Amino acid sequence: MMYFSRLKTLSILGACLIGLLLCIPNAMEAPAAWVPWRTVHLGLDLQGGSYLLLEVDMKAVLKERLDSLTDGVRQALRPGAIFYQTLESQPDRNRILLKLRDPAKSDAAIAALKPLISIDSNTGTPDLQLETQSDGAITLTLLPAALHARASGAIQQSIEIVRRRIDETGVVDPQIAQQGEGRIVVQLPGVGDPNRIKQLIGKTAHMTFRLVDETANAAGNGPPPPGVDFLPEQDRGSKIAVRKRIDVDGADLTDARAGTDSQTGEWVVNFTFNSVGARRFADISAANVNHRFAIVLDDKVISAPVIRSAITGGRGQISGSFTATSANDLSTLLRAGALPAPLTVIEERSIGPELGADSIKAGAISLAVGFALVIAFMGVFYGLFGWFANIALVVNLILMMAIMSLMEATLSLPGMAGMLLTLGMAVDANILINERIREEQKLGRPPLAALEHGFSRAFRTIFDSNATAFLAHVMLFAFGSGPVKGFAVTITLGIATSMFTSWMLTRLLVARWYVAHKPKLLPV
Amino acid sequence: MFIKPRLRLAPDHTTIQFMRGRIMGLVVSAVLSTASVLLFFYPGLNLGIDFSGGIVMQVRTEGPADFTKIRGALADAHIQTQGVQRFGDDSEVLIRLNTQPTEQATQVAVGQVRDALAKAANGARIVRTDAVGASVSAELFRNGLLALGISLVMILAYIWFRFEWQFAVGAVVTLVLDITKAIGFLAITRIEFDLVMVAAILTVLGYSTNDKVVVYDRVRENLRKYKTMPLRELIDLSINETLNRTLGTSMTVFLASLPLAIFGGQSISGFAMIMLFGIVVGTSSSIFIAAPILLFLGEQRLRRDAAAPATKATLAEEP
Repeated sequence: MMYFSRLKTLSILGACLIGLLLCIPNAMEAPAAWVPWRTVHLGLDLQGGSYLLLEVDMKAVLKERLDSLTDGVRQALRPGAIFYQTLESQPDRNRILLKLRDPAKSDAAIAALKPLISIDSNTGTPDLQLETQSDGAITLTLLPAALHARASGAIQQSIEIVRRRIDETGVVDPQIAQQGEGRIVVQLPGVGDPNRIKQLIGKTAHMTFRLVDETANAAGNGPPPPGVDFLPEQDRGSKIAVRKRIDVDGADLTDARAGTDSQTGEWVVNFTFNSVGARRFADISAANVNHRFAIVLDDKVISAPVIRSAITGGRGQISGSFTATSANDLSTLLRAGALPAPLTVIEERSIGPELGADSIKAGAISLAVGFALVIAFMGVFYGLFGWFANIALVVNLILMMAIMSLMEATLSLPGMAGMLLTLGMAVDANILINERIREEQKLGRPPLAALEHGFSRAFRTIFDSNATAFLAHVMLFAFGSGPVKGFAVTITLGIATSMFTSWMLTRLLVARWYVAHKPKLLPV
Repeated sequence: MFIKPRLRLAPDHTTIQFMRGRIMGLVVSAVLSTASVLLFFYPGLNLGIDFSGGIVMQVRTEGPADFTKIRGALADAHIQTQGVQRFGDDSEVLIRLNTQPTEQATQVAVGQVRDALAKAANGARIVRTDAVGASVSAELFRNGLLALGISLVMILAYIWFRFEWQFAVGAVVTLVLDITKAIGFLAITRIEFDLVMVAAILTVLGYSTNDKVVVYDRVRENLRKYKTMPLRELIDLSINETLNRTLGTSMTVFLASLPLAIFGGQSISGFAMIMLFGIVVGTSSSIFIAAPILLFLGEQRLRRDAAAPATKATLAEEP
């Protein structure tokens, strides 16, 4: 127990040295790019920053899918002149209900609708179920697997677009990640006021170009005729009748830039279409000269200019009482692309950098004072063996730092509290050992035997008592969130490293000291 | 100071008959815990926004804050607040808002407060915003309870596995009593109960278990060593033998937590207060609750159960 082979001694000291080396990156910059340089990150609560938890509106994803399916049904039935009584999307039942005017045409309708079903190439399962109900109605139900695939696709796409939008704002090192089924965590270091980012994220930015329906427009209020929406005009109270059919989609944009109009000096957004978009834009504009063309963003009409002539070349301009900021924001949103579904901020935590700096100070002072108190206590109450424990304590702190750097873990204020508590608990192992050695010596054992027994008997106690505390904090890590997770990380780590320092390092120190001095009585 | 220990927390061979106070200990603990449960229902915990949902904004002003002006500005903007109060020093203000009906409304409210403050106080800076929607707060609360519950079950299983069931039941019952007292403490002190507090309670749980395991471990050892000693004496002996360690570790954890309570700032001092309270409760409950429960549960069985395999174990340990 008290004998250490050369190899063992070297590996214990080596581990401590490696720990020390791993801490260095936290104190200085990397000397060269190729040197692996891992550091502990400061949590948002220490450096200031914002944490946003976003929820993807999955209902909207479903609704959109059903809407496009309804459109598909309408188009599929048109060539065969199959007329229907009702065509209704029922989002709560994940399906579309279709009632034909002439039930005899049911088979023809089914045949016409068959092509709407698409088969997943990997699993071979269809995404839709086409059924005839007992009352003759036809239903198209979205299958759960397909819905799930669509939902996870929507999340991935949302993350990508959120990332693009945030990147445009120049925030350094944003972290965007999925959480659970339908949520996205956005962490913005250094951003104390996330207002602008929230505004950017809060818009779906789905842009469409659609024709204005002048006949419906003239008719004014009342329920809109089929295939037409009454949409509000931006900055005006009025509504305008716009065809549901999307002529050109914002997805076909390749670029959008804010600029000023050379004639009026107003802020505008200039955009460029890709080849598909450009061709469709040219066709539509050629066929509808002197008609109005609505530019719709998230169900609001930004402007509805009259087409003077066919627009070829795939370039266009949006004007509509923009300011420099709003023109810039819109162009950013258009460049980044539309979100597949609206995002809602369901949790926001932001901390200004000055408060973060205060927290660092508070944490550092507490750590220093607590550390000093524990060291003094061990020195006074356990003498030399207490100082061995103190050395182990310092090494413990170094090892904790080292592993946290290696993991590139985040240090939060509760994390600092966790470190301090770990220090208090880490010496527990040494206290157990020292008390045990003292007892064994009191029983009349000679020094070496007392050391042997002290260490070996204390070990089982140390193991059992630490294991239970370890379990409690692993649970905290599993169920906690944010800074609390950081606390759990430091404390579980601290428990693990303290097992090493108290059990291996102190024992090595004590053994070396014993060999050097051969005392008749241990000063415990 | 450098070679020989200067002080001892307790003399070496104490023979305090702790088990004499077992009824007293259990009664006092039961009373305190019952009172705590009552306090939990009335007046209840001061739930922080992690669990209640809502908005908290911390504002710093240049010089002492003008509360009338801030309250006026918020009222002018038709913002219903739950309170505008001093936070820490003079120039720090905490504004609370209730949970809004929808998540969107929450975001709108944050914006409104921001605008109102910008108009009201020159140089007022929002240094912290926490806005938690109702769905999230319910989830956080559930996760907190889950962490607590699963921890208890795992501790029960671990001690059962390593010791005997009497030890496990004794420890977990004691831990539940400890937790209720911590909750009573929170209810009395009106310290805000948030996620960090759940962490504090779990830490207290970990610490308290640690303490009980050390006493139990000595009981287990002595059960093998002294085969005929009555359990009551044996438990007393075990507690006396581990007294210096129990006090020593309590002291170090106490000393480590103390600076957090003093210098840690608003957000962490509540955490440290629970820790300090938990150390006192956890240490005393090891002696006055966990040990008596073990005595009640194990009076008959532990003696007989442990007798048979003990011989071998003792022999195996001798070098």
